[in-house]
Amino acid sequence: MKKVMCIIACLLVCALSVVPAFAAENKDYSHLKGTEINVYNWGEYISDGADDTLDVNALFEEETGIKVNYTTFDSNENMYNKLKSGGADYDIVIPSDYMIERLIAEELVQKIDFSNIPNYSNIMDEYKNLYFDPNNEYSVPYNVGMVGVIYNTTVVEGEPDSWSLMWDEKYSGQIMNFNNPRDAFATAQWYAGLDINSTNGADWDKAYELLKAQKPLVQSYVMDEVYNKMESGEAAICAYYAGDFLSMYDNNSDLAFYYPKEGTNIFVDSICIPTSSQNKEAAELYINFLLREDVALANAEYICYATPNKTVINNDDYSFKGNEILYPSKEDMPVTNYFHHLDSQTQLMMTSLWDNLKIDGNENTGIYIGLISFCVISIALVIFVKVRQRIRASYYD
Amino acid sequence: MKKAKLPSTIYVLLVFAFLYVPMLIVAVYSFNSSNSTGVFEGFSFRWYQELFKDEETIKAFYNTLILAITSAVTSTVIGTLAALGIDKMKKSWRRSGIMTITNIPMMNPEIVTGVSMMLLFVFIGSFLRINGVLGFWTLFIAHVTFSLPYVILNIMPKLEQINPNLAEAAQDLGCAPGKAIRKVVLPAIKPGIMSGFIMAFTLSLDDFIISYFVSGPKFQTLPIRIYSMTKKRVTPDMYALSTIIFVVILILLVLVNMNSLKGEQSKEKGAVK
Repeated sequence: MKKVMCIIACLLVCALSVVPAFAAENKDYSHLKGTEINVYNWGEYISDGADDTLDVNALFEEETGIKVNYTTFDSNENMYNKLKSGGADYDIVIPSDYMIERLIAEELVQKIDFSNIPNYSNIMDEYKNLYFDPNNEYSVPYNVGMVGVIYNTTVVEGEPDSWSLMWDEKYSGQIMNFNNPRDAFATAQWYAGLDINSTNGADWDKAYELLKAQKPLVQSYVMDEVYNKMESGEAAICAYYAGDFLSMYDNNSDLAFYYPKEGTNIFVDSICIPTSSQNKEAAELYINFLLREDVALANAEYICYATPNKTVINNDDYSFKGNEILYPSKEDMPVTNYFHHLDSQTQLMMTSLWDNLKIDGNENTGIYIGLISFCVISIALVIFVKVRQRIRASYYD
Repeated sequence: MKKAKLPSTIYVLLVFAFLYVPMLIVAVYSFNSSNSTGVFEGFSFRWYQELFKDEETIKAFYNTLILAITSAVTSTVIGTLAALGIDKMKKSWRRSGIMTITNIPMMNPEIVTGVSMMLLFVFIGSFLRINGVLGFWTLFIAHVTFSLPYVILNIMPKLEQINPNLAEAAQDLGCAPGKAIRKVVLPAIKPGIMSGFIMAFTLSLDDFIISYFVSGPKFQTLPIRIYSMTKKRVTPDMYALSTIIFVVILILLVLVNMNSLKGEQSKEKGAVK
């Protein structure tokens, strides 16, 4: 009897835990058939069927009958402008942490009905309730990444573990830094032990001095060119994202990667539903779909960034399963901090310091001298020709 | 013919090198078997295969073509009519005034045109209560706007070249005014119309800045798609696509030039006879 009771109890527990999940899975979405959703995502940020991967959007269309209008942006700021202009209605956007903070503050994104997203249980707890969305009402994490230092083992001796490698005079002319102010300043701020979200002007000046000291050693400030230069061995040291290192490593196995011991910045790109969404229910269905194991796995393989989805991390088919770079163990996990949205004054200060850094030095004076002398010579030439014309004309008078 | 001097040969070679070496490198790396732009690992057609599997890119390319063709045709029609009208204007101040106004979209920095167009569309959209006003039609209007001055500028000189009494002569010989334009004036300015159309087409094809501001969630053009690939690396199937576009345009241009060359030769022969 006891056994029977036990089994019944077990069944009840199972039924109780399974039923809500099933109810949501099987919720009737047939009325959404034929509708459309507008998805706005980073470029190259979804598995799209290249190299025989899963075509995520096509699969969603096939399963639900909802048409996906998929467009891409290149930066959080450009995405923000498009959303803020009000001329375009998106149902899904995937911005980064600090931008989500701003979007929530300006009420450009709306609360998500999590009862429509049962797969949310796949998300690891450490990526819930993050600073930009403390009660987890607006966003669902999509990808996670950290900045680290990439170096060429044929050039760099030993096993570096600190940001100081990027200030090492031994490797002068082999070092590259980010070509955008926020990321570049962050490298100096971590190195000096400063807060990357500081609003104190003195902190930024200190970071500026460091970058200025680094400048003579820097080969170039790069964004996309980094792949080319690191793979071909043209430069030996740079700071970049862990996921991108993996794709460089595929082409040049001399490269190595580490997280600096001083700490580094982390980002989370999360899925949000803009306030202007015209098809919120379908958008939630899409989010739920992205969190499903097979879809999330395909995306994690394609994008190469770390996923916050635990069903993927534990999946034996996942080629980065247990990868120490994407998923460092608790002991190896560096100190991390998120970028916060900077107030406009700090932003202004940062960009003006950045401009000073880039203009400082002699690289532009040559251009100015050249331009000015060109102008002077051409003006002199014009005057000379005119005067000669006059003189010649005067002969005929 | 005089023999070319060495410095001038070097100069010409340099000009061609700066123009075509980048294209050549893209073409070479489109056959790379890995996705690197720094290391050439082997010859393969992999990226060409990838390209045709990449539905979003093909769709973006298709969108770009549709937009370029429709906007180029529209701006050529409007531009030709405008040029005919401007040519007929008698008062010179009026004429130069109109020309200045039509040239403004050309002189204006693209970013200003883009932002102001977006504001205009959004304003009209909210005025008419249309949700998500940005899309194909806003792109279309913007592209017609910025390619119009180039069409007019290409046709005006042709109109000035032809004898102003030509149309009148045709009417004297029994043409109705409309027929005179169709049968006499339009054939005379045809080269101008053609070059105006080609200008409008290529401008629309590779415009990024204005398109960026006025495009919406349902219609993305190829330049915007390529530009947004900067978070990750630009995939080499873009090189494959650029190579294909380059080769197709090259072949088209060679054909057009050969055709016009033939035309000129036969004209010369006719003149001799």
